[in-house]
Parts: sequence; C-alpha cells; structure tokens
Amino acid sequence: MSNVLALIEISHRGGIAASARGLLAAAATLGSPVAVVVSSAPLADDDVARLGELGAARIYSAVTAAAGTVLVAPAVDALSGAVDAYEPVAVLTANSVDGREAAARLAVRVGGSVLADVVQVRSDNGTVVAQHSVFGGAYTVESVVEGGLPVLTIRQGAIEGQAPAATADLETVSLEARAEGAAVIDQFNDDVAVSVRPELRTAATVVSGGRGLGSSENFVLVEQLADTLGAAIGASRAAVDAGYIAQTAQVGQTGVSVSPQLYIALGISGAIQHRAGMQTAKTIVAINKDEDAPIFDVADFGIVGDIFTVVPKLIEAVKARSN
Amino acid sequence: MKIVVLVKQVPDTAEERKLGLATGQLDRASTDNVVDEINERALEAALRIKDANKGTEVVAMTMGPDDATQSLRKALSMGADSGVHIVDDSLNGADAGRTAATLAAALRSTGFDVVMAGNESTDGRAGVVPAMVAEHLQLPLLGSLISAEITGDGVHGVRQGEGGTLNVRAGLPAILTVTERFPEARFPNFKGILTAKRKPVTTLSVGELDVQAGASRSVVVSTVERPPRAAGRKLIDDGTAANELAEFLVANRLV
Ligand SMILES: Cc1cc2nc3c(=O)[nH]c(=O)nc-3n(C[C@H](O)[C@H](O)[C@H](O)COP(=O)(O)OP(=O)(O)OC[C@H]3O[C@@H](n4cnc5c(N)ncnc54)[C@H](O)[C@@H]3O)c2cc1C
Ligand SMILES: Nc1ncnc2c1ncn2[C@@H]1O[C@H](COP(=O)(O)O)[C@@H](O)[C@H]1O
Repeated sequence: MSNVLALIEISHRGGIAASARGLLAAAATLGSPVAVVVSSAPLADDDVARLGELGAARIYSAVTAAAGTVLVAPAVDALSGAVDAYEPVAVLTANSVDGREAAARLAVRVGGSVLADVVQVRSDNGTVVAQHSVFGGAYTVESVVEGGLPVLTIRQGAIEGQAPAATADLETVSLEARAEGAAVIDQFNDDVAVSVRPELRTAATVVSGGRGLGSSENFVLVEQLADTLGAAIGASRAAVDAGYIAQTAQVGQTGVSVSPQLYIALGISGAIQHRAGMQTAKTIVAINKDEDAPIFDVADFGIVGDIFTVVPKLIEAVKARSN
Repeated sequence: MKIVVLVKQVPDTAEERKLGLATGQLDRASTDNVVDEINERALEAALRIKDANKGTEVVAMTMGPDDATQSLRKALSMGADSGVHIVDDSLNGADAGRTAATLAAALRSTGFDVVMAGNESTDGRAGVVPAMVAEHLQLPLLGSLISAEITGDGVHGVRQGEGGTLNVRAGLPAILTVTERFPEARFPNFKGILTAKRKPVTTLSVGELDVQAGASRSVVVSTVERPPRAAGRKLIDDGTAANELAEFLVANRLV
C-alpha cells in the first residue's frame, strides 16, 4: 500500500498533540500511515505504543538537538528526509501554526503543492482528493494536486473517527541541528489555565459570548451556562478585543471554525465574519436584546431578551430537567 | 531599513462572497475588493517603525489583477513610500505555490531588510504564502506574531502557538507575519491621500522576473454551494422564554 506521511507535533513538554488522531485517521483512508515525529530525545515506548494505537504503521522518529530551539525548520528537514525514505503519495500536517509553515516550506523544497485547510480526504483511483469548507461553509470545494506531491494541511477537529490500531515499526534517524535560515526559540510561555472544559474545535456544544456581556466579570455568565451544558467556550472578536477572554476562544472568519451539535450565542450580533465560523453548527440558539440582530437570521431558536435575566433562568431550567 | 509589506486584495468579508461554480474561482465582480485587514495591520506596524526612524523605507507589494493598484494606492495614502504591482494575465488563477514563487522573485529584485505579511488571508485562509516565500529565499520566518520589535540587527517577537506563546528571534533579513493582535491600522489623512497620487508604483510582469512556472499546481475539481440557513423560531422574552428554550433543548436531545 502507498505510504502517507503525517507530521505529528509534540509539545515542548513532550506530549503528543491532539491533532495526531485526525491526521492518522485521514492518512489511513489514503494509504499506510507513517508518523513523522521530531524530538530532542528518542521517543519513549509509551509514545510509540500510543502512535500505533492511533493507526501509525511506521514511525519516522527524527532526533535532533534543534527540536525545541529552532522554529519549524527541524520538522521540514525531517519531512523531507521521510519523503526520500518513503516516497509517499501525500504528506499531511495539522492546519496549526507550526504545521502549515512546515507544509509550505516542504512543498517548495520537494516540488509539491499545498492543499490548505482540508476538512475531508478521499482517494479517487489513487488520486488524493481534498475537501475544503470555503467562506464559512457556504461552499464545499474539492481539489487535487497535478504534477507533484500533495501536501495537505488538515483542519484541526474536522476529521472524525480513528484509524485501525497498528503495531508501529520504529525507525530512528538523527538529524543535524541546523539553525541558519531559521528563527530561534528563546522561551515557551504556556497558557496559564489548563481548562477542564471540552476543546473548542471538537466540542459537541459551544457557548459563545460577545460584546453584550459588557465586562470580563460578566463573562462568568457564559462560563456558568457552558459548565451546566458541559460545553466549550467561544467568543466574538469584539469580546476578545475587549479582553473578556483569550484570543484562542475567538470563533469566526479569523478565529476557529466550529461545527458543533449545538451553538449558543449570547450577546453576539452575528456579524457575517462571526457567522463564517459557526453557521455549519447543527442547531443554533441565540439570545440578544436587539430583535433585528443578524444572528437571528441563522438561529433555529432565538430569544429576544436580556442575557442577564434569561441565562440564569435557563441554567435553572436545564438543571431542573436533568435531575 | 527597507521594509516590504505584502498586501493582498481580497473580497470584502463584510459582504456575501461568491465562488464561480464552474471554475471554482473567486467571483471578483460579486463583492467590493479591499486590502485584507491583516495586511493593513502589517503595514501599520511598518509605518510605526518609519514614524520612529525617519530613514525607514516602506514598500507595499502586491500580486493581483489590474485593479489591485487600488490596494497599493490605499497603502501609499496610509504612508508607504512606494508600491510594486506584479500583474500578468498568465498569473490568473495562480495557486499559493505560483504566487509565492512570483513574490519571492519580485522581492529579490526589489531588495529588503524585512518582509511583513499577514498570517493568513481572509479569502484563502491558507496561511502558507509567507513560509513558501521564506523557503524560496532561504530566510527565517517569524510567523503568527502577536508583537514584534525590529532593530537594526534583528527581529524579536512573540509567536502565538497552539498551547501558549513563544519568544522567537532571527537576524536580518527576515520575514515576519502578524496576527490580529497587532494594532488596527490608521486611516489615511488628507495629506496622505493627496501625496499618494505622486508616489511611484512599479509594475512588473512575469517576463521581467526570474521565476520558473513550476511543474506542480493545485487545482479545484468541484465546487458545491450549500443551501443558506433558514431562521427558526424567535420568541420575545416575557419571562417564560428560558423555560421554552430548555424544553426545546431537551426535546431535541441537546442536553
Ligand atoms: C477581517 C475581519 C475579520 C473578522 N473576524 C471575526 C471573527 O473571526 N469573529 C468575530 O466574532 N468577529 C470577527 N470580525 C468582527 C465582526 O465584524 C464584528 O465586529 C464582531 O463579530 C462583533 O462582535 P459582537 O457581536 O460581540 O459585538 P456587537 O456587534 O457589538 O454586538 C453585541 C450584541 O450584544 C447585544 N447585547 C448587548 N447587551 C445585551 C444584553 N444585556 N442582553 C442581550 N443582548 C445584548 C447587542 O444587541 C448586540 O447585538 C471580523 C471583522 C473583520 C473586518
Ligand atoms: N497575491 C498576493 N500579493 C501579495 N501578498 C500576498 C499575496 N498572497 C498572499 N500574500 C501575503 O501572504 C499572506 C498570507 O496569505 P495566504 O497564504 O494566502 O493565507 C497575506 O496576508 C499577504 O501578506
């Protein structure tokens, strides 16, 4: 079977990134998954076992002192080494900050093309076909690469399911630590709050707050409803700009795209750029005191009312019904 | 110091953007075309350096159809010193790879100490062109910065990563991309609009650049439009709406 490379990101603390599952699942639908991993120390047995569970038939483990100190370049070097070794039909990376830079550089280096922000993949008689969700889900587009290696960046959280588990063959190579032509990492600053809430990109329910919350203290209301529903927290750009919540929670055109079962918008007007990140949700609920707010145009259930009176009652009513 | 800002003309995100169903290409006629907001932020960052150091030269560069000159004029009216417009019929429908190869060749001939770009464009959302340009030019890329400090000998920046931020740096020349955490751009003032008309814009065709066509390209094979969403129930809260919503959520097995 043809090989398909998947760049697996490892956090600077050593953990396998959450994107690994979807990448290996997508790789398995196209061929035999080869996990490409860059680290400063040889992979632990646990990591090898975990990648096998997630479907990796092989692991190309590149060990280099540059991992964690040189930005992205080690991943590109590892990928191009793995391309030579495995002659893959496609290379997959996460559509993450690091993943897409690695994909872009690799495509130039090996003479391939990038298919970006892919939400689904399939093989059509051996041709790799990528599906994209364009303009906030208004269009579904399929694309292919003609005359070169397809390098796909896979939207995080978009691929469901898991590849069949395998016992991964491990190949370890040592990679020269090169820093020329690359940026240097001086320090990692972890996000402070490690949340117990579900991850925004894959959550079944998302509760988002907008400028209507009025202050970061009031944003607690969003958190309370989210915790009642076991939901992830999202936000509009205005709420992020006002400092109510971290930028990583931004949903929309220039933020995260989500397609949950249920999306609840609190105090969000529903500007077209916000809708671009959530209008593919299965069910949309909106609470806004302006009855002309455009969010109501896409809401399955809208309440024209004050979030500060409706949401506390909603929390009580949901709690009462789930007891 | 010479800073080149890569600006892309995109359909205005405030309008309904359309793809041609037969071609899969952007329907440029259906919306107004504007400078991508993220590129205005990149230009703002460059202009702030120029404000503080008079010797700084800021060049706005774009690859795009004839009317992309409007985007360059906007950049000039905000304060850029000159513009470079790469325009050629053969670039129609160029993919990211072709775009990057062409921009890299133009950057080589224009010369620069720093290139500033957006982390991703609002039309393609690919976020790959700057890294491809960096690879062509064998230069460091400081991508997805939330802040940056540029001095004569290098760039220090804070990069937004997946689980936190990173402090990163590189010597010059270097390429950096900015995120929305960078400050909003200034508005052109009256003097800026007047002087923009006199500032030079160089037009380059593919024949004038040292760039190969490239054997590999990405092509769209199908485009399907999703039916628009219909509005559902809308209640005016009279004190009972929260209960009705809870009923709705339970009935639809959403809680
Ligand atoms: C290039 C570009 C990219 C962008 N990307 C994004 C993006 O990714 N995500 C995004 O969200 N935006 C994005 N925007 C911004 C977008 O245009 C809007 O400005 C933004 O979404 C507005 O956020 P909001 O709805 O919270 O604020 P507002 O538009 O100010 O709406 C606040 C709403 O709260 C309601 N409200 C106030 N008080 C209450 C109350 N007590 N009870 C109930 N309702 C109340 C008001 O009626 C109002 O409708 C982008 C813009 C541009 C130009
Ligand atoms: N045609 C273009 N002309 C000038 N700059 C561009 C062009 N395409 C992309 N860029 C730059 O690359 C950034 C990222 O674009 P993209 O990779 O298309 O998401 C943009 O914000 C621009 O700064």
